[in-house]
Amino acid sequence: MSLITTLARLEAVDSGRAQPAATVRHRQLSDRPLVFVPLTTAGETGAPLGALVGTDRDAPRLLVVPQPRDRDLRFTFLAELADVVLPHIDAHAQSVEQTERTETDPATGKRVKVAAELCADAPQLIVPSRPGLDLVRLLGRSMRFRRTAEQDPDAPHPAPPRVPLLGRWLTHYGERARVPGSSLLLALTDVLSRHWATGQSGLEDQHLGALLAWIDPPRGLTGAEAARRAELARDADGQLLCPPAGPATDPAFDNKLLAPAIERYDRARTALAAAEDPLEADGRLAALTRAEREVRDLVESRARPTWDAVWRGLDLLRTLPAGAHVEERWTRDRWSFTAHRDRVLAGEPPQPRRDDAVTAANKLATREREQARLEAQEALDDPLEMAGRRLAGEAFAGEVTGVETAYSEGKRPSPRPLVTVRTEDRPHLAERTRVYRSLGGKPQSAEFVGEEAEGVLVLRILDRMGRGKEPEPGSVPEKGDRVCFTLFEHEQRGGAKLPDPEETPWTHGGPPGEPAPEAPDPVTEEDVL
Amino acid sequence: MTTVDFDPGAEAARATDAILDDTLHGGRRGVVVDSPPGAGKSTLVVRAALELADAGRPLMVVAQTNAQVDDLVLRLAEKNPDLPVGRLHSSDADAYDKALDALPQVRTAAKAAELTGLPVVLSTAAKWAHVKTDEPWRHAIVDEAYQMRSDSLLAVAGLFERALFVGDPGQLDPFSIVGSEQWAGLSYDPSASAVSTLLAHNPDLPQHRLPVSWRLPASAAPLVSRAFYPYTPFRSGTSHGDRRLAFAVASDGSGPDRVIDEAAESGWGLLELPARHTPRTDPEAVRAVAAVVRRLLDRGGATLSERAPDPAPLTADRIAVGTAHRDQAAAVRAALAGLGVPDVTVDTANRLQGREYDVTVVLHPLSGRPDATAFHLETGRLCVLASRHRHACIVVCRAGVTDLLDDYPSTEPVQLGTLVKFPDGWEANHAVLAHLAEHRVSWRP
Repeated sequence: MSLITTLARLEAVDSGRAQPAATVRHRQLSDRPLVFVPLTTAGETGAPLGALVGTDRDAPRLLVVPQPRDRDLRFTFLAELADVVLPHIDAHAQSVEQTERTETDPATGKRVKVAAELCADAPQLIVPSRPGLDLVRLLGRSMRFRRTAEQDPDAPHPAPPRVPLLGRWLTHYGERARVPGSSLLLALTDVLSRHWATGQSGLEDQHLGALLAWIDPPRGLTGAEAARRAELARDADGQLLCPPAGPATDPAFDNKLLAPAIERYDRARTALAAAEDPLEADGRLAALTRAEREVRDLVESRARPTWDAVWRGLDLLRTLPAGAHVEERWTRDRWSFTAHRDRVLAGEPPQPRRDDAVTAANKLATREREQARLEAQEALDDPLEMAGRRLAGEAFAGEVTGVETAYSEGKRPSPRPLVTVRTEDRPHLAERTRVYRSLGGKPQSAEFVGEEAEGVLVLRILDRMGRGKEPEPGSVPEKGDRVCFTLFEHEQRGGAKLPDPEETPWTHGGPPGEPAPEAPDPVTEEDVL
Repeated sequence: MTTVDFDPGAEAARATDAILDDTLHGGRRGVVVDSPPGAGKSTLVVRAALELADAGRPLMVVAQTNAQVDDLVLRLAEKNPDLPVGRLHSSDADAYDKALDALPQVRTAAKAAELTGLPVVLSTAAKWAHVKTDEPWRHAIVDEAYQMRSDSLLAVAGLFERALFVGDPGQLDPFSIVGSEQWAGLSYDPSASAVSTLLAHNPDLPQHRLPVSWRLPASAAPLVSRAFYPYTPFRSGTSHGDRRLAFAVASDGSGPDRVIDEAAESGWGLLELPARHTPRTDPEAVRAVAAVVRRLLDRGGATLSERAPDPAPLTADRIAVGTAHRDQAAAVRAALAGLGVPDVTVDTANRLQGREYDVTVVLHPLSGRPDATAFHLETGRLCVLASRHRHACIVVCRAGVTDLLDDYPSTEPVQLGTLVKFPDGWEANHAVLAHLAEHRVSWRP
């Protein structure tokens, strides 16, 4: 935890309210995000119990698995989920704009511009918390290798059509969420705690109710009191007033309400199956519907508060203006969305279970580059973030107290003016350390020459002054200007190109061989309870 | 094992011969050499490079940092001034040490094509990754291979046919600034070390190790070997009488002086400050570190070693301060500047890797902390900090770290398929602290 975060958290404790950790919003928020509030059943990893899903805060679609261990009911749930999610994705996939993309020409090896389609917007998916992200990945993993009856007529438990496709999309979203700064799939608790510092630990911040209680406590309560109430307060029946954001549910709810309701449903179903004549069956069907209704109401009663909390959290985030670089990062999300759309359209197989060596290395390189880029962009977009970097000695701001014309040595001397900056920050500078400032959105670099007196730094400006003998107007700071230099670079260099997978070297096991279509997971006894 | 029969020179020579034999005449594509701190790794790399060049095999050398590459070039040039050497460098300003320009046999270039035909070409892994070649090098030497990441080996492995991998398994593992749990357990986990990937795919490659540390004194080698290399023990190349550290000025009885005397006598000293939870840049601990350095210089230290018959003065450039974090290093530098001490190296463990000093002063990574995170527990960090010295190591630490260790046993999730590293940081920290406790000087500043 950086010093400024610690300070903000202490202030939050002191004032009883979360403190701003950002002055701008650092993530994209779509106008019509698809919110997904899933719940799972205890006892089996990732077994869905139900979900609220949709783009309209007043009319979520409720999906429920009345008996979570029943595979057929689970498939029905997944098929219904696909019916909500896929049309939303398709709508975005069809609206494209024409743009250009740089590619390496295989013939010449040169970088050339080619015309490309880019989806005009990408559908954004919001889940309440980080375990929700994990569930999205898990659902994706469990669905994408399934075969439909059409793909494989002999499959013993064919998946409904579109379920494997939903699995591929959820996998893509789950994977993209690992890229720093990406906004395609967001966990709301992560985004909120990025923008506000509460007086509780990072672990406690993952409780959406408690987090919102700190950020926006009800009248008359401090954040700590409201958070405590959100975490612990129960009604007369022993049920939490603020159900956890899931996907796991509260054990008291599972034991006292859910388990009996599911059992009643099971009994009604058995009774219906045993019905001997149509009249009896009619009555028992009504009983079954009632039992199912009961489970549905229970699931909705636990998911709805979270659903409303998610939208409240989104409202809070919308009060912040978007950071200057958010759009640029979102464009990369759109590229990622478009690329996956193209892979699906091209009939490529689902994402493999494991990355090969080259893919893994490429992903890691991308994420490291994005992480560095995100940190730099957030600091440039947000003075509060920059203050944290200044406090950590990674940047400094101050006033220019003098500029001295100087030139580089060599045949064609170029301007290398010396700029004196007075600052109260204490950057970790050594001689010739490179520092950067933003000049018209582009980084201008300088090197540290020395410290004239305490807090008086001399810098030599190195670039972005034009080609002439005299620096271009406005390219060199003037006396009295406020400037802010960073010790970190603003832009990231692309890494070296890795070999193609079929040229994986001997140190990494050699080429992986022809990619064989991955078989679906074998059906085990547990799958047919 | 008895000390009487142990001839460190002969042992080391035997190991080196076996390594060179496997490298030059072995049938395998790779040879791996584990080297404990100060075991003559660079000497081995230089010797292997010269012999490969002599054998007429075009050689590329991959090191991890520009400083390491420059150092190897200078050593090669010193050993064989007639051997033409290529230094491939980046196109940045100050990409290489300007001292290389003074050497006529060294050609520097930012493009690999300008160095074709030279018997030996050296560069960093990052630069090599950009090189394209139709005809791979016959041989490569990969230096500091345990600090190289698997993905960085992936980028360069296509450039050579066979390679000698040299490194120290006890030092800091490579790291990544983003999570990589997704690939944990895969043989080619891109964030793992190059050697672990190499050996996972080629388990039958010959593996050697250098058995003698020439740097660490007889007082330090047993502890470092036991704490950090429990299954691959090594010995000190010198014995207890060979190195001496003495001071002209007598102790003034203060904590820093007492710990200096303890360290001069036994090779280790622990200056223990009262237990307290502090910010990372604990002002008292930082001042204590600076005070120890100041007194080391003020008291006119002299070191006697096997290298020279006469004692050498303990000067500022022979002392280093090691910390865990950069801000701690910056705070110590500021405190030293305040005491009028320039020229003492103050750096983090990451940057001290591969360096050697007479005396080191270490701010213990867990000093004053309320918790023991994986970063602060990392075995390699403590190993680097405790193995940079030829004479003595003084650790400055708040009391209570043993309790902290007991309160926070390792809780990292177990990843299936990954090699569990022994010893873990918890165990290694306990071993070092138990030893340091015998050389403790408590001090309330």
